[in-house]
Amino acid sequence: MSRHTLDARRILCPLPVIRTQDRVAELAPGDVLEVRATDPGALNDIPAWCRINGHRVLEARQADGEVIVVIQVGETDG
Amino acid sequence: MSTQRKAVALISGGLDSMLAAKVIMEQGIHVEGINFFTGFCVEGHTHAIRKRDRARPKRNNALWVAEQLGIKLHIIDVIEEYKQVVLNPRHGYGQNLNPCLDCKGFMVARAYEWIREHGFDFIITGEVMGQRPMSQRRDTLPVIQKESGAGDLLLRPLCAKHLPPTLPEREGWVDRDKLLDFSGRSRKPQMALAAKYGFEDYAQPAGGCCFLTDAAYSAKLADLWRARGRRDYDLDDIMLLKVGRHIRPAPHFKLIVGREEGENNFLEGYRKRFPHLRCVSHPGPLVLVDGEPGAADLELAARIAARYSQGRTAPAVTLELNLPGGESRELTVAPLPPAEIPEDWHV
Repeated sequence: MSRHTLDARRILCPLPVIRTQDRVAELAPGDVLEVRATDPGALNDIPAWCRINGHRVLEARQADGEVIVVIQVGETDG
Repeated sequence: MSTQRKAVALISGGLDSMLAAKVIMEQGIHVEGINFFTGFCVEGHTHAIRKRDRARPKRNNALWVAEQLGIKLHIIDVIEEYKQVVLNPRHGYGQNLNPCLDCKGFMVARAYEWIREHGFDFIITGEVMGQRPMSQRRDTLPVIQKESGAGDLLLRPLCAKHLPPTLPEREGWVDRDKLLDFSGRSRKPQMALAAKYGFEDYAQPAGGCCFLTDAAYSAKLADLWRARGRRDYDLDDIMLLKVGRHIRPAPHFKLIVGREEGENNFLEGYRKRFPHLRCVSHPGPLVLVDGEPGAADLELAARIAARYSQGRTAPAVTLELNLPGGESRELTVAPLPPAEIPEDWHV
């Protein structure tokens, strides 16, 4: 298991979701990805994407004008 | 034991594609969704930008639909490839700069590529014969099948009974008798089916889900092409067309004036790339100047920016002009009276 970060700031939804999806596809089950975004829509959209695609949301919060979502990659074929 | 057949559904976030996917899922087919991001999608962006829209519940409707259906959703970034559809549509545009027929053909072609890469059997769309836009006419539906290359692997469950049987029907993967015969612009059959499936709170986007169907947006895009002398765009161009008041005093430059706090914040992200003006003597918008403005043009831009500040009735307003590269100076100008801003400067 390894920990990774993704900078999805200054782009608007659905691009933070697309970047998250593409990055998760490169990771192994159990890996943790921390995504930072500035579009407040990411706070709902990234967790929704995780729920439907079988990944676990460890944390989803807003702080200092940024959205931080921490994901654990699930056992999924994509 | 029969093979589990798999279909990919084009999911826009609207009701029709949601129903089409459900009709096929009800027949025991494994369905996953695919959603294409062209850059022109109404979904998301303006909600994220305008402060007044931030109070509304935010959601990406395609993700919401996938969650309601309990299916996976693959969101594909097609911004670059989509340019050829917008710039050179083989079948031309609709009422505005909407290349609906080419667009649908492009999306089905991409879905066809996707099913071959991922071992899926066929494609589903929520098209309804006779419904707007023009890609859903009796004579255009076969064009999409043909030009996308998908042929009879493209199944439209909501109007299948008006169309020749596709391969999934002929092979018995799906039961044609359980497919539908919707046609025309009435939404009643869709609403009744949604009620049957217990779907509530689905999106009913007025004017569709694409900015290119919007007359004001199309006018701004056409203006951009005219001003540059070439038909081209990048993602930042098409994002900026969604934001602010666009005022073009001359062919070689225009102003993008933030209309409220959310838009000003969004425009802040572009300030290093454009000459920009900010009022310092009064509260006012952030104004980007796009193009090749000369010194006199920047003074005029400052007078226009002052007109949109809270100092619009003051004899003089002071603004800070910042140029790319870091140069910055103050300008004190008389706000341009509204009567001196001709209507045709508003793009």
